[in-house]
Formats: sequence, C-alpha cells, structure tokens
Amino acid sequence: MDALDVARWQFGVTTVYHFLFVPLTIGLSVLVAILQTLWHRTGNDRYLTLTKFYGKLFLINFAMGIVTGIVQEFQFGMNWSDYSRFVGDIFGAPLAIEALVAFFLESTFLGLWIFGWDRLPKRIHLATIWAAALGSTFSAYFILAANSWMQNPVGYRINPDTGRAELTDFVAVLTNKVALITFPHTIAGCFLVAGSLIVAVALFHLIRNPHHHDTPTYRFAARFGAWTTLAATAGVLITGDIQGKIMTDVQPMKMAAAEGLYTTETPAAFSVLTIGTLDGSRELYALKIPYLLSFLGTGDPHGTVQGINDLQAQYTAQYGPGSYTPIIPVTYWSFRMMIGFGLAAAAIALWVLWAHRKGRTPTGKWLLRAGLVMPLLPLAANSFGWIFTEMGRQPWIVFGEMLTRDGVSRSVSLTEVLTSFTAFTLVYATLAVIEVRLLIRYAKAGLPDTTHDPTPHDHTDDPDRPLAFAY
Amino acid sequence: MDLTTVWFLLIAVLFTGYFILEGFDFGVGALLPVLGRDDRERRVMINTIGPVWDGNEVWLITAGGAMFAAFPEWYATLFSGFYLPLLLILLALIIRGVAFEYRHKRPEPTWKRRWDTAITIGSITPAILWGIAFANILRGVPLDADHEYTGGLLDLLHPYALLGGLTTAALFLTHGALFTALKTTGDIRHRATTLATRLGTAAALLTIPFLTWTLTIRTSPLATALAATATLTLLAALAATHARREGWAFTGTATTIALTVATLFAALFPNVLPSTTDPAGTLTTTNAASTPYTLEIMTWVAAIFTPVVLAYQGWTYWVFRRRIGTHHIPTH
Repeated sequence: MDALDVARWQFGVTTVYHFLFVPLTIGLSVLVAILQTLWHRTGNDRYLTLTKFYGKLFLINFAMGIVTGIVQEFQFGMNWSDYSRFVGDIFGAPLAIEALVAFFLESTFLGLWIFGWDRLPKRIHLATIWAAALGSTFSAYFILAANSWMQNPVGYRINPDTGRAELTDFVAVLTNKVALITFPHTIAGCFLVAGSLIVAVALFHLIRNPHHHDTPTYRFAARFGAWTTLAATAGVLITGDIQGKIMTDVQPMKMAAAEGLYTTETPAAFSVLTIGTLDGSRELYALKIPYLLSFLGTGDPHGTVQGINDLQAQYTAQYGPGSYTPIIPVTYWSFRMMIGFGLAAAAIALWVLWAHRKGRTPTGKWLLRAGLVMPLLPLAANSFGWIFTEMGRQPWIVFGEMLTRDGVSRSVSLTEVLTSFTAFTLVYATLAVIEVRLLIRYAKAGLPDTTHDPTPHDHTDDPDRPLAFAY
Repeated sequence: MDLTTVWFLLIAVLFTGYFILEGFDFGVGALLPVLGRDDRERRVMINTIGPVWDGNEVWLITAGGAMFAAFPEWYATLFSGFYLPLLLILLALIIRGVAFEYRHKRPEPTWKRRWDTAITIGSITPAILWGIAFANILRGVPLDADHEYTGGLLDLLHPYALLGGLTTAALFLTHGALFTALKTTGDIRHRATTLATRLGTAAALLTIPFLTWTLTIRTSPLATALAATATLTLLAALAATHARREGWAFTGTATTIALTVATLFAALFPNVLPSTTDPAGTLTTTNAASTPYTLEIMTWVAAIFTPVVLAYQGWTYWVFRRRIGTHHIPTH
C-alpha cells in the first residue's frame, strides 16, 4: 500500500459519500419547490403541509451535502496536486464558476427560504426555493463539465515548454458532448432518488395507518413520487442510451470494459452475464443477446464495437508499453448494478401506482417492504454509476493525457493520507448514522400541523412575535 | 493592470470577504458556551447567524476555486503542503455545519450539549488555523525548485505563525462578540458588549505585535500604511465598544480584519508563496498563474456575477436585520 492507493480510496469514499446527499438535494429542492408552487397556485393547505414535511427532510440531508462538498474541492489540491498543476488552467475555471454562480445562489437563497417564512412576501418566498433549486442544478452542470473534460478532454493544447494542459476554447469545454449528455443523465438520476424517497415516506404512513385523516395527502404524495420516479426512469434510460453511444465513440475501452467484450465484434452482442478469468483477460462463459450491443453502442445493429484486447494493443502502440485496461469485474458489474438498481426502483414505482388505482389505498406488508427499500435502490444505482464512470476511465486521470498515478501529490506522505482517510471515513460514518436516524425520526413523525404556522401570507409586523423558524 | 495582478487582488478580496463574514460567525460559535448561559440564549446566538453562515462559507469555496483557476501552482503547493492544518479545518467545518442544522432536531439536553461542543470546537479551530496558515504564506515555507513543499508539520508551527493564529482567533472572537451585541436584545447583548471590550483589548495586544512582526519579515510602503491604519481602526473599534456604540465597533473590527488581510497580501506581492530554502521554488503571481486566456474568461465571469452575488447577499442581511431576543425563540 502506498500514498497513491490510499489517495484513490479516499477519493472514492469521499466522492461516493458526497454523492449520496447531492442527488437528494438537487431532486428534492425542485420537488419541494413544485409542492410550494402548487400551494401558491391553489391555496390548498395539503401542499403547504407537504412542502414543510418534505422540506424538513430536505434540510436534514442538505446539511450533509454542503459540508462534504468542501472536502471535494480541497481534495484536488491536497491529494492530487500534480493533477491540479497539470489541469488547473482548465479544470479550475468550472470549479470557480460553480462556486461563484451556483453555490452562492444555493446557500444564500436556501437561508432565505428556511428563515424567511414570516419575513418575505409569499411570492418572493416561493422564488427563493426556486432560486436555491436553480443553484443546485447549475452546480451539477459545472462540476460535470469539469469531470467530462477528464473523460473526454477538449478545447485545450499541451504546452511543450511546461508540459501542462492549457485552455484554448472554453466554450468547447462547456459544450463537451460528454458533459451535455452526462448532465441530463445525472439530473434524471437525482429525481429518481428524490421521487423514491417521497414514495417511501408516504407509503409507510399509508400502509401503517390507512384510516388516518392525513391519508388523502399521503396518497397524493405517493403518486406524485411514483410518477416522478417513472418520469426520471424514462429520462435516465433515454439519456443513458445516448451516453452509451458517445462513450463508445470517445472512450471505447470503457464501453468494452462495461460489456466484458474482449475481442472486437461486428455485430456485437449484449452480454447479460459474463464470467471471466480473475485477471480479467478472457471470458469463460457468457449469456448474450445478439446485435444488442452494436445497437446500444453505435445505433446500428450491425455496427462494430471494439474489444478490450484490440484496444489494449492499439493503446500500447499509441502511448507506449503498459496496461490501459480498467479492472474488468469492477466496470462490468458496476455497469449492471447501475442499470439493475435503477430499474428495480421504477418497478416498485409502477407497483405503487397500481396499488393506488381507482382511488384505492395501498395495503400489504410486501409493498411496504418494497417501498421502504425503494430509496436505497437509486442511491445504489447512482453510486455504481459513478464508480463505473470513474473506474472505467482508469488508468487515466485525464483520458489519453495523464495517468492517475502521475496525478498524486508528491510531497504528501503515506502517513498524512492515511490520517485524512481514516479521519474522513470515521467522521463520515458517524454522521451517516446520525443523519439516517434523524431522517427516519422525522419521516416517522408524519405531517406537521401547519394550521397555526405563520405563512408568508400573514405578514404581521409585531417585533416580539416568535420566529417562524429557528435553529 | 496585468490580469495576474487583478486575480491576486480578487483572491485577496475573496479571503477578506471570507474572514469578515465567517469571522463573526466563527466568533459567535466559539463564544456559544461563554455568552449563552442556557439553551434559549444559545439558540438566540445561533439564530443570529442562522440564515447567513452557509452563504458566508461559500466565500471560502469561491476563494479556493479562484485560486485553483487563476493560480493552480499556488493552489496545488499550498493545499498539499499545508495538509494536516487543512484537514483539521475541513473536519471542523464539517462538524460545525452539521451541528447548526442538527442541534435543534432532538429535544434531549445531552444531544444539544454535544452539538454545542461541536459548534464551539468547529468554530475556534479554523479561527486559529487560518491565522497560522496565512502567517506561513507570508513568511514562506520550504519549497524545492519544483515548488513542492519539503517541510513537515512542525515547520508550520513557529512563533510567528502561532502569534498569527492567536491574532485571528482574538480578532474573530471580538468580531463575533460585537455581532452578538449588535443582533440581540436583553441580557445577552450587555454581556456581549462587556466581553467584547476585554476580547478587543486582547486582540489589540496580539494584532499590533503581529502586524509589526509581519512588516519586519516582508514589507512595502503600502503594507506599512495598511498595517498602521489597521491599528488605528482596531483602537477606534475598542473605543466604540467602550462607548457601547455597537454598530461602529462592529464596523471597526470588520475594517481591521480587512486591513490585516490586506497588509498580508500587500506585503506578499508579487509573491504568492515564498520559498525559505531554494529561491527558485518561490511562487509568484507570474509563475503560479494560469494562461492569459483562462484569466480573461474568469475576469468576465467575475465582473458579471460578483455584483449580483453581493447584491443578494446584502439583501439577505437586510431581510434578517432585526435583533433577536429570548422571547423570539419558539418553544418547539
């Protein structure tokens, strides 16, 4: 074990952990904004109650997203300083713009939304949650543009004197075709998580206590969440399909690794299940659907999809001796887990809608169990999606330009990286337990009674009135 | 003006904004057990910064991002070289941020006490460590010709840096006490003003020697002028505190913090991280900078969005301008 391995593990752990909270933040901010808009438009208190209820869960989660995000920004300089030196001219700009354009918007307006219930006019208060949601979405775009540059570097040149990458076309970086498709794919994944959480909480109350006076509200919430999940699934599938074609084009090795396709095939079959040798150089058994991979990768059922061994030979000729193959079992299985877990959430959403048909209220312990598991499925799908996309790029940190092992900080010792890895992991684990317990506690508590709450409407100027919201 | 100089100034401005804004919320957090005698009073204090602390912290994220974009070499050397102090700052900011959001989520006193401790530790730790970090940036650190940090943790903990740490901590505590005085009513306000007088005296006794020491290490006429003005505004802030003019006193500490940061940056220029070993390792605004094209794009983005950000952040402070007292805290 050396500093490089630990730095990689740390990056993986902190990123996957951070991305457990981010999708919920992005998805829920918009869904809560929609609920508040419904209340604003209809005046129906049911929507206000739901806004406050899911808003509370949103805030518990938001706190974790923001604090783990700071680590992500600093980590590049701390553990990956040679990477930062190499790409700073290009990679730093979207990060800085993300902070200036997105994070300020998100955090400032969220503060206004949380504390502004009795301080702002109704319409302005509604605008603050939309502004915060917009900020979260912008931030996703800029960080994905930065990541996409690592997947498919564009708009740059290598300075022969310094050996560093220099920006030549910023518009090209922002309109990188990988970024343009990764963004909607990721956002759709966010709604998959948020929709599932809304379903899970509503279903829990519906099935546990079907005759409660809040049942109609929970019925609405469950269906709202289930439709969101289904729409998000459609979004994920459509964008994922396009993304697969772009990936086959710009990162053929990643597509080959995703499929465990060892030799170039025309036409190529999609492997439902492949078992390879442990060193990942050869397949032993495979269950395949003919033509499907050619279609997924190129849009043509008779298209050619390049195989791992051929690409390895090609890269060796191009970049010199070395292994240019990612760890096949990791890419192969994470790709399938991403798809499988996502589809499982969609299946439960369909089940939930079926259970609600013609004004019915869902019952049954199996549906309850499925509903409670439901939010975990897209979370897992998202995590495996990131593991796939990052591990599939290996051994490159910047595809075709810089190897991951060359990006690590030279001046940082193994002890230092181990210290930070241990510290982050312990703190993150502790906070995860605390957050999940709080989420469950507040989800179980059920809908708040909002009849006596101040709303942006009753804007009284009594300076001694208690605050509408206080920490 | 050269774009590298513009970005040096912008980063100075971002850190200045960060220390003025997060400076008072660090102060409020650190003084929580001192000024807040019971849960209700502590809630009053937390709620004075509740709507704004998160937005304040984004100044740091923006400063870090701007450093990465405009001076990648500086960002890379600094963050890998100051590894353990930065780790502690990050851990502190994590537990502190979560603590604000989670402490009121359960009624048990033990639960609240633990999060209060997290807020206090999470506030005082960065308040000290930022001073240590900036004192080291000014004095310089061991760098080799590749701009790689060659020292260890102990190289960062010399007397000048420790004085820097105590200085920022004292300034932020005073600033936080004055913010509490400015934003609260009743007992807590009086206690905060009284405490601010004592803390302000300590801050003066630390800041003046720190600035003097700074000028002996590295100086310029501008830095000398800024340091002298910082001393004057600090003394004026002390006088205003004594006279119970909270608004003026807070403006005074804000100005002092701004001028102290400005002194450091003015003394540093045109270096961004001097090397104490190999002179070839010294990072300057020129050899640490991105290409002119990147800087130009960043300048446009900053020119368009900075005024917008300032406007809505300013508006937030206006919306939440009212003082808070214990009677404003809801029971649930």
